[in-house]
Amino acid sequence: MKQFEEWRYLLLQNPLTLIALIVFIGVVICALFAPWLVPYDPFASDTVNALQPPSANNWFGTDQLGRDIFSRVIMGARMDLGIAVGAVALAAAIGTFLGACAGFYGGHFDQAVGRGVDIIMAFPLFVLAMAIVAGLGNNVINVVYASAIINMPFYVRVVRSEILILKNAGFVEAARLCGNSNKRILWFQLLPNVSAPLVVQMSLNMGWSMLNAASLSFVGLGIRPPTPEWGIMVAEGAHYIISGQWWVALFPGLALTLVVLCFNLLGDGLRDIIDPRRRT
Amino acid sequence: MTTLLNVEKLTKHFPLTASPNIFKRLTGSKQKPSYLHAVDNISFTLNKGESLGLVGESGCGKSTLVRLLTRLLDPTSGHILFNDRHIGDVPAKEFAIHPERAKIQQVFQDPTDSLNPRFTAFDCIADPLKRLQKLSGEALQKRVEAIAAQVSLPLTLLSRYPHQLSGGQKLRVGIARGIALQPDLLILDEPTSALDVSVQAVILKLLDKLRRELGLSYLFVSHDLNVVRLLCDRVMAMYLGKVVETGPVEEVFQRPRHPYTKALIAAISHFDAGGQVQRVRLQGELPSPIDPDPHACRFYGRCPAREDRCLREMPELEKYGEHKSACLLAQQPITQTEAIAQIPAVSL
Repeated sequence: MKQFEEWRYLLLQNPLTLIALIVFIGVVICALFAPWLVPYDPFASDTVNALQPPSANNWFGTDQLGRDIFSRVIMGARMDLGIAVGAVALAAAIGTFLGACAGFYGGHFDQAVGRGVDIIMAFPLFVLAMAIVAGLGNNVINVVYASAIINMPFYVRVVRSEILILKNAGFVEAARLCGNSNKRILWFQLLPNVSAPLVVQMSLNMGWSMLNAASLSFVGLGIRPPTPEWGIMVAEGAHYIISGQWWVALFPGLALTLVVLCFNLLGDGLRDIIDPRRRT
Repeated sequence: MTTLLNVEKLTKHFPLTASPNIFKRLTGSKQKPSYLHAVDNISFTLNKGESLGLVGESGCGKSTLVRLLTRLLDPTSGHILFNDRHIGDVPAKEFAIHPERAKIQQVFQDPTDSLNPRFTAFDCIADPLKRLQKLSGEALQKRVEAIAAQVSLPLTLLSRYPHQLSGGQKLRVGIARGIALQPDLLILDEPTSALDVSVQAVILKLLDKLRRELGLSYLFVSHDLNVVRLLCDRVMAMYLGKVVETGPVEEVFQRPRHPYTKALIAAISHFDAGGQVQRVRLQGELPSPIDPDPHACRFYGRCPAREDRCLREMPELEKYGEHKSACLLAQQPITQTEAIAQIPAVSL
């Protein structure tokens, strides 16, 4: 109860975070319950009503096959959010593990991880992701892997640098005197102190890997039509902008922008909430 | 009185050219490695229930000595006998699970830095009990509360994080963690240096009380000689990795034999000694501890009473009753005029 009061207070102090949180929850609900929320079947084509502008019946208009864009945008949240969550979870887990070990133990392992990360970073990351998907096979799970690989270096670096600073703190020495082994010190004493920058990184990264998944499908990799996905929808809609049917590309694009923006705002807000030193 | 800790010829040298660069490794050119002599051939004993003060300026090797004794660092050579057991030979890595681990504890210098910001006061005090005594649940709760009461830490503060506590409260948490495992030896590394004077006095009283109640032995590292005089039975002065003087605290304060100790004691600030004090002022800085001349007195460069023979012979600790001093000149009996004005002792 006290915890709840504290959170409420913190959120009211940061209205932007509150808005971002509400949007985020909305997106998650859309993603989880999309099939029951949509007014029309997102796959049902109706060529008579193709390329209709937004109206009371079709809030976001219809596309070239007469499918309801509003329904497709809601369904698209599922795919994009799923890929982003999967990629970020994978990248954070592996990156944190490698970064923490590299920072804490140092030596040859640190060198190896550091150079490995440098190699990944030396590629233009989006091109690398394209190459991975093209090489591993053009399907959704490979988009997740590709996204995870190009995101991982950021986690390695964030966690490694934080651990490097923290491992010389007095409380590490104190923990040793209390009988903690190296492993315990790293995972139970140091890692909780890295959680604030880690959560910020994850939240910012979530938006970025969403963009990444959408970009990959925009260029025709990963997800294929007719799956409702924002990147494909923008790509398909792009053909109709010149002829005046702006709504086909605009609404999925707006949805993408809104969600990415909300992740970024949420990241900043979470940092303030999670770090106990910034609470009073 | 039984001996708790017996340190024999303890030495720690840090190599300075740890990894030669790849060019030198390939060409095979060998460089004579330099060593930083952090702790050099130190021997002393500490009895059960005794409080030993360790004084010396920054960089003289106090912290290294402490880390050697707490077994976070492996000595280059020498022995540490604790309860008649050799613990200096156990690698620092394995000491975490050694049965003597619980018996040597430390209160750290900076109470903010030494508490995990993610741990509540309760977690901090409970950590050693969970790890080394395997306490949990109700037993753990009771034990932590009992320890908090011992250090006069209000129980309501146990759920707070370090940043929600004051400096004095944080130090109490640190002390509570130190005594939680009922150690035999508690090393206090300048515990009061980060506190206000008013809080210092309270903490010092607490430390004095704990020592008597729990039968602890203290190794009290401090810059503040007045504090050492208050709390310690014996005092040991270090200079550049060596012990230069040791003895019962009043004896050393009244009749210091080594010129360094004389200077340290003369530097104590006090009100009523006025102009009668003949101040020994030291010039210059601590010389480099890297490969010092093994045949010269390390204090030579700054010594106000130096003679030529000090450059030819390294003085070792000589016994003068209970009192030991490592100075060639101290072998001459001191005259009354040489004795510096007596500084009145303060009491708790």
